[in-house]
Amino acid sequence: MEYVSPEGLRLDGRRPMEMRQIRAEIGAVAKADGSAVFEMGNTKVIAAVYGPREVQNKSQLIGDQALVRCEYSMANFSTGDRRRKQKGDRRSTEISLVIRQTMEACIMTHLMPRSQIDIYVQVLQADGGTRCACINAATLALADAGIPMRDLVTSCSAGYLNSTPLLDLNYVEDSAGGPDVTVGILPKLDKVTLFQMDSKLPIDILDNVMQLAIEGCKAVANYIREILLENTKELEYRRGV
Amino acid sequence: MRGLQLPLSQTQKVRLQKALERLESLSSKVNSDASVTIADSISVNYEDGVLKGHGTAELNGEVVATVCGVVERVNKLVYVRALRSRYKPEVGDIVVGRVIEVAQKRWRLDINFNQDAVLMLSSMNLPDGIQRRRTALDELNMRSVFEENDVVCAEVRGFQHDGLQLQARSQKYGKLKRGQLLRVAPYLVKRQKQHFHHLEQYGVDLILGCNGFVWVGEHIEAKDDMIEEQADQSDSQVSRPGKNAVSLEEQEQNCTALETRKYICRTANAIRVLSTLGFSITLEIIKETVNLSLTVNLDINEMLGSEFCVLVAEREAERRSSNKKKR
Repeated sequence: MEYVSPEGLRLDGRRPMEMRQIRAEIGAVAKADGSAVFEMGNTKVIAAVYGPREVQNKSQLIGDQALVRCEYSMANFSTGDRRRKQKGDRRSTEISLVIRQTMEACIMTHLMPRSQIDIYVQVLQADGGTRCACINAATLALADAGIPMRDLVTSCSAGYLNSTPLLDLNYVEDSAGGPDVTVGILPKLDKVTLFQMDSKLPIDILDNVMQLAIEGCKAVANYIREILLENTKELEYRRGV
Repeated sequence: MRGLQLPLSQTQKVRLQKALERLESLSSKVNSDASVTIADSISVNYEDGVLKGHGTAELNGEVVATVCGVVERVNKLVYVRALRSRYKPEVGDIVVGRVIEVAQKRWRLDINFNQDAVLMLSSMNLPDGIQRRRTALDELNMRSVFEENDVVCAEVRGFQHDGLQLQARSQKYGKLKRGQLLRVAPYLVKRQKQHFHHLEQYGVDLILGCNGFVWVGEHIEAKDDMIEEQADQSDSQVSRPGKNAVSLEEQEQNCTALETRKYICRTANAIRVLSTLGFSITLEIIKETVNLSLTVNLDINEMLGSEFCVLVAEREAERRSSNKKKR
């Protein structure tokens, strides 16, 4: 199948190096300490953060740092065919773990000893790149909850189809079976905290694809930063002196 | 817009927008670039030496923020005041909390902190008012003082053994009854000299807990008479028969008057509106909002509607601009 037309356009009309439109909104869940909705094209994810709060299971308490937990789920209506997914299948357990590890790396857990932070992410619409969207939403929600972090984590995917590196794959491109690279970075520290790949890719091309994904991450980071700053300013001026 | 989920008509939208813009223009001159987000570098003068406070970290010789908030500078100290975050206790803060567990010689309270706070039996006055050692009998009778889900007012004593300790060694602290507990964001409540307020004209007590828990209840005279207090305690738990042998007439007498109950609800709704709009919550502003609702003759239930919300925003903009002119 042809994923990039001779004119250099992808199936949804984007250029190979083009991202889908991103949109973020802070404060979607009223009762949560922090929450956010993040959209990448048709992928839509909601995240809620509770905590730092008292550890629910006392045996999991850590004396000198916070316990971070994460739960990923997909809404039944998120995919094209509506099917009931049982909780805790392999895929969602794996993604929960990935998100937890990524967020744990940037949260300054030592500042909140003997407490726990719960991150809940749910996919409302799935159109490829849910993993990336979940990480971005979780970052926003954590920042909204006022949890100290070393840096914002942002994530983006890239692939390689029809001998062209493609940024931010959608569902059709994702399910083509080609290589799919998911990268998560800390933009300020200039470090990679997440790197996952499906299928195989020659080493010299991997470098290109990874660079492309990193560029995508940086673009997301800029956008997230803008949204957060706007939100902070609004809260401050509303509060007054 | 965060938190505001009201159906606004076109004119209301425009009016609200205008009021908020006015608020923005009023504050923007004071601190335009003080807001930072995570990993923004904060410009500091290194020659004078820098003390890094909360919400900051060092990265490659630069001071960077670790939370979203406003940069504050006190002499050499640089810190970031986080806006939306959980309550950070300071010794001497007056807090309102909810009992979640009665444990050995202590109550565990939810006060919107990273952990549950602990109120020891030994760090509160006994109902009989006598200073003595707490016996095993006192320990057994702990549920008669506070039970699970009771709302309690106390003071932050400090950190001990990895836990936050509270104390309630005065008549003004203790169980709160006949009123409403409201949870607002802690950054909206400012630390002040006075957190206990009595609105005389309404007969309402108001406690602005530093942790963002606000209590609005019937006014209770601070009394030393233990007998009266005990009678009071028993009839507040009307729903639990067997514990009290108070006759119906007596209960009726001890009931909160309808008028007071209405004022409690009115004050509570005023605070709800202010917290959804994200305005700071002080006695003065609460009073003004309640008065506003009375002057425009709104019912209590209408106070949570969109029209009143817009009105409050407009009034707040007016108030702040007039305050500014005075200075």
